[in-house]
Amino acid sequence: MKQIVTIGGGIAGIEASTTLAQMGYDVTIIEKDKNTGGKMNEWNVLFPNERPATEITDYLYKKINNSNLHILTGTTISKATRKPNGSYSLLTDKNEKLHADTILISTGFEPFDATKKEEYGYSIYENVITSVDLENMLRKGQPILTSKGKKPKRIAFIHCVGSRDAKCGNKYCSRVCCVTGIKQAIECSRQLPDSEMFCFYLDIRMFGLEWEKLYQSAQEEYNVQFIRGRMSEACENQDESLIIKAEDTLSGLPLKMKVDLIVLLVGITPGKGTKDMASMFSLEREENGFLHIDDPHFGKNYSSKKGVFITGTCVGPMTVDETLENARSAAVEIDNYLTKIK
Amino acid sequence: MVSFGFELLDSKRIDYNKSDGRLLNEILEKEPSFKRCISCGGCTATCTAGSLTNFNIRKINLMLRHGQTEGLEKEISKCMLCGKCFLVCPRDINLRNVIMLIKKGVLKYNTEKKKI
Amino acid sequence: MDIPFFAWPFLLGITFIIVFFIIISIIWITGLSGIDRVRIRKNFFTVKTFQAIWEVFRESLIHRKMYKRNPVLGYMHMSFAFGWFLLIVVGHIEAAVHYHTLNFPFWKSIFFRYAETNPPVTFIAKAFSAASDFLLIYIFSGVFLALYKRFNSKPFGMKKTTHLKTGDKIALIGLWLIFPTRYVCESITAGIYHNGSFFTQPTGNFLASFLPLQSIELASWWVYSLSLAVFFFALPVSRYMHIPVEILLIFVRKYGVRLKKHVNGYTRIQTFACSRCGVCLDSCQMIKANINNSQSVYFLKQIRGRKLNDEQLFNCLLCGRCQKDCPVGLDLNDLRITQRIESTKTYNSKYDYLKGGISPQADVVYFTGCMTHLTPSIKKAMLNVLDYANINYWFMDKDEASCCGRPLMQAGQYEAAKKLIRNNTEKILSSGAKILLVSCPICYQIFNEDYKLPGVKVMHHSEYLLELVNQGLIPTIKLPVNAVYHDPCTLGRGSHIYEPPRELLKNYLSLIPMKQEKEDALCCGGSLGNIKIEMDERKQIRDDVLDTFKSYNPDQIITACPLCKKTFAMGTDIEIHDLAEVVWKGISRKEHLDKKIRLPI
Repeated sequence: MKQIVTIGGGIAGIEASTTLAQMGYDVTIIEKDKNTGGKMNEWNVLFPNERPATEITDYLYKKINNSNLHILTGTTISKATRKPNGSYSLLTDKNEKLHADTILISTGFEPFDATKKEEYGYSIYENVITSVDLENMLRKGQPILTSKGKKPKRIAFIHCVGSRDAKCGNKYCSRVCCVTGIKQAIECSRQLPDSEMFCFYLDIRMFGLEWEKLYQSAQEEYNVQFIRGRMSEACENQDESLIIKAEDTLSGLPLKMKVDLIVLLVGITPGKGTKDMASMFSLEREENGFLHIDDPHFGKNYSSKKGVFITGTCVGPMTVDETLENARSAAVEIDNYLTKIK
Repeated sequence: MVSFGFELLDSKRIDYNKSDGRLLNEILEKEPSFKRCISCGGCTATCTAGSLTNFNIRKINLMLRHGQTEGLEKEISKCMLCGKCFLVCPRDINLRNVIMLIKKGVLKYNTEKKKI
Repeated sequence: MDIPFFAWPFLLGITFIIVFFIIISIIWITGLSGIDRVRIRKNFFTVKTFQAIWEVFRESLIHRKMYKRNPVLGYMHMSFAFGWFLLIVVGHIEAAVHYHTLNFPFWKSIFFRYAETNPPVTFIAKAFSAASDFLLIYIFSGVFLALYKRFNSKPFGMKKTTHLKTGDKIALIGLWLIFPTRYVCESITAGIYHNGSFFTQPTGNFLASFLPLQSIELASWWVYSLSLAVFFFALPVSRYMHIPVEILLIFVRKYGVRLKKHVNGYTRIQTFACSRCGVCLDSCQMIKANINNSQSVYFLKQIRGRKLNDEQLFNCLLCGRCQKDCPVGLDLNDLRITQRIESTKTYNSKYDYLKGGISPQADVVYFTGCMTHLTPSIKKAMLNVLDYANINYWFMDKDEASCCGRPLMQAGQYEAAKKLIRNNTEKILSSGAKILLVSCPICYQIFNEDYKLPGVKVMHHSEYLLELVNQGLIPTIKLPVNAVYHDPCTLGRGSHIYEPPRELLKNYLSLIPMKQEKEDALCCGGSLGNIKIEMDERKQIRDDVLDTFKSYNPDQIITACPLCKKTFAMGTDIEIHDLAEVVWKGISRKEHLDKKIRLPI
């Protein structure tokens, strides 16, 4: 039986591995954290249909019960040796030796570190939080309150934090922040019907069939307001409320707004795991730090090295559904590859 | 040419047909990063001079693109060159150079126009 | 007249260069401002003249600064300058002793061996003869090094060397020929008349064994005289013009002449005193971003050639590293700013919209500066510390305030900057404060240099916080953190504040000493001094500096400038803090430990 090692047990890793296990391959998932599921464990509900994130993990975990599939949690790879035929022998940090006819890398992403945009005041001002913080609050069912324990009267969602920003070296669009922001604005508005929600955007990127509907419903049903302008900086008042500086570019005038809570919609960046694996397997990375794909149409799961496959957000920003699709396509590509090499 | 319904006052519309791209082209040639502007407004929001006046560097970009050179000299003279705009620009536009180029260019442009 | 024909080229050459230099000096000195000319007149008959002579001896002859930078390079220059100088002095003394008078024909001391063919008999005459031979060998060692440097400049501590123009080449050939030809003609004469010493005499004897010395003697002296003439005539169009101009520079500088905000005679003197040595190329970090056409040596060359363009004039970080390394001690930053002022003076802003008004009364005016608004952790830390220490302060640029004017000044917009200076001065003075506290070194420099604030002490926050510590107004606690301290250009080389930040920080953490600190600190790459540089180029410079820091393995990088902090922050995962943050973190930790009060960290 051909052996596959998947590095990263998030949704991409699990979806691809379970598909491969069903095909009859022997698959081992290496996960650095205690639990599999990756970032999915932190989300509350998913866009566009507000499906609870647990439904995704439940769907994946059902498929895990397969004798071909082994999961090593709390484990990392400490050494990888490539053999002439393109297979690998791996050594884990627990001194376990593994053979892999092929490797699948699904190390995922890290949210942009918002402290790098110091002018936004994250970790300086109490009432500046990120979309990840908010999602965690919503998931735990915590009420949305300011640092002083009051209901925020006005919340600002700041788009493109760490995305489309050459200053952070991230010149790409993270794809998911616009829709996340609007989804979160709707959730907040539902919880705080008397409060105002403002989205500060550059371009609203709501693709396809469902997202635009969400955008419209945010406007019509939840009264979310949209201001076209990028926040340049935030400043704190004595009472820990915040002042936003932006330009309302549509009217061409500077805009000052007092808000009680700022939510920074942080972008997707290649995580440390992705960087480490790229150097361990000598994979090329793009200027933006994500793993290099062989071809944008025909080789989206092929890395720069033969026999090493890649899937999920270590390749670039993806939504959950795109990630799952991409993972299944990786399974097909790996099957093709292993059948060919015999 | 047909009027196409645009018989309003000159100040109420943008007429690209009358636009004079000389100044813009000269600036873009010397500071190509100015082409990258996505009109996010970060520069105007953070602007030191903007908190004291209605100075709006993003609009100056539009003025140049529309070939509007009238009043440009007065507008650009409001800038204090402090550099905050270039620190917040997500497109890494070298705005201080742009401003110096406009200051110099508009003077040259206006003197040439007077001669004609 | 008994002057031999061959001596004429030399005599004409030396006369030409002396007259030329006197004329140009008069032009430059009359081009100085009235006050500067008074300064020269007043200080001429004082000890300053002797100090200047001593400095000329040290720098123009011994090349002490150059020697400190690189002993081989220093030795090379010293052997030329000091060796030649001694050769002339020894030659004159030798002639004076020989003729028992100071009133002998000038050419005879230069061509002494030709003029006096009798072999030296007395001990003194022999000693003089040996001394001049020794000096010749000394100079030869320099010529040898110079030749070697043309092929391999590495041992001279220089990665880059400047290119030569035609005038330079002619003068250089003349200069290199002077000493070998002198050696040859003295040897030939010695071969005939036996008037040489330990070096020329054996060579002369050797040459005599196979050459008809009598018939070539005069020709050899012609070549020597012509070499001297070539050098002197080519001097004004060559880099060697810096030799006399540097001497002039040392004198006028000693008399107290300083650069002004406009081009004048002193600017010309500084411009021509550049020796084109190229040391500034090695100091310049822009080379890391492949910018290699606007460094000081090229910039000065463009001024001399009247070919200065904005692209090069404004492509400089004004970090001051080249100025610190310049062996001639040129004020390279101010020279450039002056040129920028000249270049942009037709389009200065008036800022009519600025309003005066009465400021709130306070003991301390806190001016955070534009940049600090984009680094709120510095601002918040400062305000927390000020509140903690119960300081009666007025936060001058909390909301609407103008810029300090330094960025305009760096861009050459002097008249515009003056408008901001006037407005800010009014506000500061009307507050009645005794201290102007500034947390941005860019602002700090202009408040010190160009503002007139009688009765107000301008303090950078590193100095102020240190004073608060020394007065016991804020507690200290040493945390187990190893950090490197980055000297911001405008605070270090710009304002010479090196110790207060270090003394302050040592109360809160441990500092790792670096090679690239204090005067030798690197520029973060974010400088507002450069108008032209692209962001990607800035990032290349920044990353190189960060690599240097990483080699010291610090837990944190500490700086004292919001712009440096902002520049570094995006390029590394190492924590970057301003010293105000370090202090506030220390205070809150200490308070937390003492459980007196709870403060937000």
